[in-house]
Amino acid sequence: MDINTFEQLKNECILRNKKIYEIAQENIASDEEISVDKARAFVNRTLFAMKEAIQSGLKSNELSLSGMCGQDCHKLQVKFGTEPSMFGKTFEKIMIYALATSEENIRMGKIVACPTAGSCGIVPSTLVAVSEDYNYSEREQINALITAGEIGRIVSNKVALAGAVAGCQAECGVASAMSAAAICQLRGGNVSQILNAAALALKNLLGLTCDPVAGLVEVPCVKRNPFLAIHSITAAEMALAGVESKIPFDEVVDAMEQTGALMSPTLKESSQAGLAVTKSALEIQKQIFG
Amino acid sequence: MKKSTLFDIISPIMIGPSSSHTAGAVRLGILAKNIYKNKPKKVIFKLYNSYAHTGKGHGTEKGLLAGVLGLSVDDRRIKDIFESDLAKSIEYEFEYADNFKRHPNAVDITFLGDINMVVSGDSVGAGEIAIRRINDFNVKLTGKYNTILIVYKDMPGMVSQVSSILQHNNINIASLICDRNAKGQQASMIISIDGNINPDIVELIERIPEVYFVSYIEKLEN
Repeated sequence: MDINTFEQLKNECILRNKKIYEIAQENIASDEEISVDKARAFVNRTLFAMKEAIQSGLKSNELSLSGMCGQDCHKLQVKFGTEPSMFGKTFEKIMIYALATSEENIRMGKIVACPTAGSCGIVPSTLVAVSEDYNYSEREQINALITAGEIGRIVSNKVALAGAVAGCQAECGVASAMSAAAICQLRGGNVSQILNAAALALKNLLGLTCDPVAGLVEVPCVKRNPFLAIHSITAAEMALAGVESKIPFDEVVDAMEQTGALMSPTLKESSQAGLAVTKSALEIQKQIFG
Repeated sequence: MKKSTLFDIISPIMIGPSSSHTAGAVRLGILAKNIYKNKPKKVIFKLYNSYAHTGKGHGTEKGLLAGVLGLSVDDRRIKDIFESDLAKSIEYEFEYADNFKRHPNAVDITFLGDINMVVSGDSVGAGEIAIRRINDFNVKLTGKYNTILIVYKDMPGMVSQVSSILQHNNINIASLICDRNAKGQQASMIISIDGNINPDIVELIERIPEVYFVSYIEKLEN
């Protein structure tokens, strides 16, 4: 059946006593006229590509085409190698994996747009880091990634996941909600907790604009990925503790849509306001494009 | 309008940095090549607006060329395509323009060779694309469906002749767009279909009198 809202998804899960990923994989298999196993194989290829991107990113120190970004993941690895983070190994890994993926993206490496290229580091970083440190099987990782995908799918059929349409809240913001849902699924959360995690993550990113320097997916996008990956863990932990979003996820998405519509076009991927027109940004832009 | 699927959200696996400016550019190149079908002697890419201004930082030119050369969005060769032997096999050049009437991420791809053809398209976001014009005809091709492009003489009964061939072969039409230059002149029909067709059907359509040109354009991979 066609699921267009999170309330529908939740009801369906409760009614049929199924997990979000179970409903989602059945539906995608039926839409694409393939078996559930084939659908999961597609997701597994995606997961594999995410891990490859992390590994390539960890090893590289190459700058982007513009020269603005590309060497911060290395700095974090060096720092944590000698002086561990206050918040432990998984926290370090999430930050490092998110930067590794985002930097791989801007040096024209191979990544998975999830949901977009600019937000490609968020979901993989939490999913892979938490799975490694807490020994989640490949099967469980696929379940989590399907959960994340289903969250993104329902949001995207209400609001286009594009900075030009609704600002960065619709790209990194939605990625963070997807990541929160994935981690909640991994950690054994139920459907209400998963939707609360997504709602909490997105709610706290409403209004996030898209004002990249020189119109490139680099500043602030690359470093925003580790920030919002960590943000998603806060949301997942809260939801797993039973913290509820007073505003249901469907309504948070409606609020995002309205906020996006009211957001000035100058702050939606056109680089005509905000960070993009600061003195330093304009100087950088001049250096890159002359 | 086709809704996004779960697969759309966690894809494509692509060469960065931008789904619209890199992956979208590759896909525009691929679809344009699939429409042209021939081997061009030279290709001219005219980039508009945001594509023109930020293309260099996003690898847009590399993506367009790689697509025309048949590379997929996740091919690592895109990054150094200009230095590749593949790129040396054809002549190409880039032009840049501002035009507020065009989409922010628009491109005209002109193929020169035994046949000349201009294919215009937009990268509409998240790697999704739309071909808007082929030579003088308005079209809408998104690469999501297998599509039959037919150029024919504008006259009564053409749609019915084509659709009856499809019907007899049990092919379902997902969408149908017709356009023409002027009454009684050249017209175009763009038929998106569910599933595949075999080459015989293209031949059957070609045999209809007053059909000038038929091309079967395969959908893009995810």
